[in-house]
Amino acid sequence: MARSRRNAELSLLALAMVLVAAYGAIVEANLLDTVTRDFWMPAAALGLVFFGMHLVIRWLAPFADPALLPAVALLNGIGVGFLRRLDLGKAAPADRETLAIFAGTGGRQLAWTLAAVILAAGLLVVMRDHRAVSRYAYTLGLAGIVLVMIPAVLPGRFSEINGAKLWIRVGGFSIQPGEFAKLALLVFFAYYLVRKREVLSLASRRVLGIDFPRGRDLGPVVGVWLISLLVLVFEKDLGTSLLYFGMFVVTLYIATERVSWLLIGLVLFFGGAYLAYVLGGTVGGPFANFYTRAEIWLDPFAEPYDRGYQLVQGLLGLGSGGLFGSGPGAGEPLEIPEVQNDFIFAGIGEEIGLFGLTALLVVYLLVVERGLRAGLAVRDSFGKLVAGGLAFTLGLQVFVIVGGISKLIPLTGQTTPFLSAGGSSLMANWLLIAVLLRISDAARRPVAQGGGPAARPGGGPPEQLHGAPTEVIRP
Amino acid sequence: MPELVITVARFGFLILLWIFVFTVVGVIRRDLFAGARSGRLVAAPRGVGASTQQQAAKPAKAKRGRAAHQLVVTAGQLAGTRITLGEAQITIGRAEDSTLVITDDYASARHARLVPRDGQWFVEDLGSTNGTYLDRAKVTGPTPVPLGVPIRIGRTSLELRP
Repeated sequence: MARSRRNAELSLLALAMVLVAAYGAIVEANLLDTVTRDFWMPAAALGLVFFGMHLVIRWLAPFADPALLPAVALLNGIGVGFLRRLDLGKAAPADRETLAIFAGTGGRQLAWTLAAVILAAGLLVVMRDHRAVSRYAYTLGLAGIVLVMIPAVLPGRFSEINGAKLWIRVGGFSIQPGEFAKLALLVFFAYYLVRKREVLSLASRRVLGIDFPRGRDLGPVVGVWLISLLVLVFEKDLGTSLLYFGMFVVTLYIATERVSWLLIGLVLFFGGAYLAYVLGGTVGGPFANFYTRAEIWLDPFAEPYDRGYQLVQGLLGLGSGGLFGSGPGAGEPLEIPEVQNDFIFAGIGEEIGLFGLTALLVVYLLVVERGLRAGLAVRDSFGKLVAGGLAFTLGLQVFVIVGGISKLIPLTGQTTPFLSAGGSSLMANWLLIAVLLRISDAARRPVAQGGGPAARPGGGPPEQLHGAPTEVIRP
Repeated sequence: MPELVITVARFGFLILLWIFVFTVVGVIRRDLFAGARSGRLVAAPRGVGASTQQQAAKPAKAKRGRAAHQLVVTAGQLAGTRITLGEAQITIGRAEDSTLVITDDYASARHARLVPRDGQWFVEDLGSTNGTYLDRAKVTGPTPVPLGVPIRIGRTSLELRP
């Protein structure tokens, strides 16, 4: 049990990088009809920085989960490979062989990955004990609200891209603060709910057989949630508000252990969505956007060259990929609008087919599972809430976007974690992984070595944050 | 590039992708089955202290069918200590001859004892100064101890585990 399993992590990482290099090679074989001598360069650059991350983990979080880093590295690597494939597809055939590794969207994504991984390693260095984060919970909660609000307040020309006001644009540079706000808000929710969970679950009023907590106990959390939701109505991005809502409900559920919260959440959500749909059809205004999306979802082929174009192209891409895909580099992903962002899964799916897509989805599933597992095993409630909430949020995000492009649910603009082009999303998700790594390290660390670096030397009892280690013993 | 090479590479890539997935699963598998930890993500809300929550809220349902095999110290200076239970009684206190010697400022020399009777363990206070608590109820006479409910002595918590 005390084995740290870092060697398993290293070999998995090597396998992941082999896959990324193989992907690059097949792309070149298909698009250039030859494999250049530099095909391995992106994979090597990625491998180097992931190896660096591995060393940081070895040093600072030796008992962290061995599966997290390689799984995420694979997703990230395939993302970079696919974006580079798009650049190759766009470039004139003569220029293809000489495309530099840091050129184009793929190159930028590669650079962002390096930055994001360094940032994640930095977080591991700074945050030696995840419980320390709870000290800054209120600051983080405030920062989260501010981050969410900035784009809404900014004039459209600084914040609007494709109708969604989610950005801060300065010069040629744009960041998406909402991605970071997600982490900050979750830490705040977790901290607050840990502090209040006794009150929340004991002092309740029973209405229709369901226990509702008193309004004043829930005030701040509902406040935070309402503000972020209101702001998101103004920012016109349904996906993100759905993500915050899901995050909120699940954290509440994990904290209070009441299934009624899930029911309330689902009813509220479906009721709200239906209301928005009806209002959008009759009143329009801020709900018109959602109404349009729902209409497209119900029948994308009604206007296949107009409103439904993107979704239809995505579906056709997935369909023509079939079971095994056309092979990396042999599809036509550039037919799909925004294939580098929202629709990256459809683009990749056309080329690796259902067989390959399922593998990628299973990799996501494993990452989420490891996150929840860390939440299960960690010995303090704050860590449980943070790990459970983060893992769930990641899973929900994948569900929302993959469900959207496969027409299971109405499409809402979301980035696909680790795959989509975009520095903000990459950085935020790598920070998320760093937090999960830190918590899983705390969870798997043998007790003899103390409950983390914070354990006092004299063999005293482990520090009890919020008085709630649920288990101190280890078989 | 010959068609054949590309086809082989294409399917090879997919197979390798799945090999990766199964290798990760293999690594995880060992984890899943190694050691049963507290199998709950839900950070149980009831109760105040350490592991009160486990079954404290519903002692009636405290897994009657299973016999206790271990006594585990869940909080206090001895946290992590476990004693395999047999037929003999277990004494707890600061006295050197106790089965479990606790150096807790709030414990008496002979503080409490655990006695088995027909497969059920009973906790009994031995006239301690600061008292023994089963969950949050003060122990006055021999009291049956359900699995997972903490016995508190000073700053130390003990639990019976299957």
